[in-house]
Amino acid sequence: MPIWEPQKECVSRDELQQIQLERLQATLNRVYRNVSFYRRRFKEMDFYPAEDLAELKDLERLPFTTSEDVSNSYPYEMFAVPLREVVRVHSSSGTQTNPRVVGYTRQDLNNWSNLVARILSAGGVTQDDVIQVTFGYGLLTGGLGIHYGAERVGASVLPTSVGRTERQIKIMQDFRTTVMASTPSYALVIADRMEKLQINPRTLSLKYCICAGEPWAESMRQEIEERLFVKFTDNYGVSEVMGPGVAGECLEQKGMHLQEDHFLCEIIDPRSGEVLPPQEEGELVITTLTKEAFPMIRYRTGDVCRILEEPCPCGRTFRRMSPIRERCDSVVVMKGTNIIPERIGDVLEELKGARPIYQIVAIREGHQDHLEIWVEVTEQFFSDRMREQRTLVEVMKEKIVNFIGINARIKLVETGSLERENGHVRLFVDRRLP
Amino acid sequence: MLTVKSIHTYYGNIHALKGVSLHVGNGELVTLIGANGAGKSTLVNTICGLIQPRKGVIEFQGKPIQSLPPESIVPKGIALVPEGRQIFATLTVEANLQMGGYIHRHKREQIQEDLHRMLERFPILNERRQQLAGTLSGGEQQMLAISRALMSRPQLLVLDEPSMGLAPLITKEIFKIIQELREEGRTILLIEQNARAALNIADRGYVLETGKVVLQGEGTMLLQHQEVQRAYLGKGAKQIVDA
Repeated sequence: MPIWEPQKECVSRDELQQIQLERLQATLNRVYRNVSFYRRRFKEMDFYPAEDLAELKDLERLPFTTSEDVSNSYPYEMFAVPLREVVRVHSSSGTQTNPRVVGYTRQDLNNWSNLVARILSAGGVTQDDVIQVTFGYGLLTGGLGIHYGAERVGASVLPTSVGRTERQIKIMQDFRTTVMASTPSYALVIADRMEKLQINPRTLSLKYCICAGEPWAESMRQEIEERLFVKFTDNYGVSEVMGPGVAGECLEQKGMHLQEDHFLCEIIDPRSGEVLPPQEEGELVITTLTKEAFPMIRYRTGDVCRILEEPCPCGRTFRRMSPIRERCDSVVVMKGTNIIPERIGDVLEELKGARPIYQIVAIREGHQDHLEIWVEVTEQFFSDRMREQRTLVEVMKEKIVNFIGINARIKLVETGSLERENGHVRLFVDRRLP
Repeated sequence: MLTVKSIHTYYGNIHALKGVSLHVGNGELVTLIGANGAGKSTLVNTICGLIQPRKGVIEFQGKPIQSLPPESIVPKGIALVPEGRQIFATLTVEANLQMGGYIHRHKREQIQEDLHRMLERFPILNERRQQLAGTLSGGEQQMLAISRALMSRPQLLVLDEPSMGLAPLITKEIFKIIQELREEGRTILLIEQNARAALNIADRGYVLETGKVVLQGEGTMLLQHQEVQRAYLGKGAKQIVDA
């Protein structure tokens, strides 16, 4: 398979480190000059980028940036350029009190398209392909991110966005889609629905499935490949850092190549914050090297992985990250959305002024993920009049969907019935993976 | 080919370069742009050994050169076309060129051969080969300075503000020459105030600001960059210096 930018993606490690150093210095000089958040932090610890960053390792002296920091800078505090130079704004779902808002300059969009083009090429996409993008188009980065990259590659892009599965299948048949970009679970939803409609996947033109947005298991990859007759590649993105385009698998299917000329990646111990050897499992921390509107210094992604250093037979010299199987915080990743269980509590609390005892349960029915919120019935919280109770449940549902953008089922359970650990209810239970 | 890592250069107490890193790959034309006093010439002088950096590493062909004097750096393959040309005004054009080949002084044939090649390449210098260099026009002097540098058969050609003090039309011609040199496969580091002209022909560029690199990227990218446009190209700059 052709490599999108061979001279860059196959650069020698020495050269790469020099490029990283140059870009890191320019990035730090710029954030120090333009972003008060970073300037304040650097000053607090007596770190002057021009003086103190002589080699890449010096970055380890700097503090981490968390999703909370980003949320607290709502909406534009952390932008490094004036708004008139920002040509696009995206925002994450409201997992924190405030959503996390990120901006892009024209050049950022250009880089972004290029990075996604690299990843799509690595996953087998060429200008001869017809690619159906089933990620959401909107404030989230998934849809538009893949879209622009696919256009850059020169593929024919079908921006079908999420949902309406039968229409998706019809388009897939009629438009002779060769590549589907989707979450792994949606790929299986499509497979299930085709089975129900008695459509033989062999009659489709599908060749590749470019997946992202949620954790998956190797068995799922196998199932998708066998049922849809496609080759499945995984890719990784973080909205705060870029969106899709941070890392992507090549057809060797042995982990995702990190785009190391644009992102500096570290693995840390999520508890101590100590930097670990890359091959050890820990939390992925990313520093952007070329982002202009929204540079990120040592962003804690919350995603747990390892960095594989062995060379890849595909020829790319960028190291690979292992698939994300879990998070090191309580964030729940579902349908490409990050959900923080505590924030759900905040929403519930707003309703009656008291925080109910609740538990968030992620379940998988067939191949579809669902979010359930189990709430213990207490006297102060619920009335014994059925109608009032039903209304309250409806209101809760509406509040939740407004907040996270996902429909949740609310289940009322008896007081004391939720599973407790040391007297505390576990806020999140994942029943999706076997 | 050339790798500069986090160098700090001082003039007395003045901290002129604050952790500058850059690299020039084989066959690349890389430009360094910035305002007056940003540290561009300091960087050139540091690379060429005229000033020593207090911290940092400069590697040429994989070997550190930051503590070498200029006379050891030229034989390693770096030739400088200095700011303001600095030709030997009281010598003839031909003598200037011969001086450029000084490090090869024991290879008379090579010098003769190179001399012919230069004169062939710049017919105007051929016409004036016996004239004193000081009598040449600014543009001709610049051509002489470039060809004099080429006489040492350098692997890396460093040009410090070649457009300085030249009329726009002449500047255009000098940049055409630089572009031709690049197409011949030479490796060039071009220091320029004329950002538009430099970025137009460069593969990559760095923007230096008060001794620090604040932007870097491909030439075409920097040319369209709003910050570069605002600070270095100015409104309406296109009509004035469309070199």
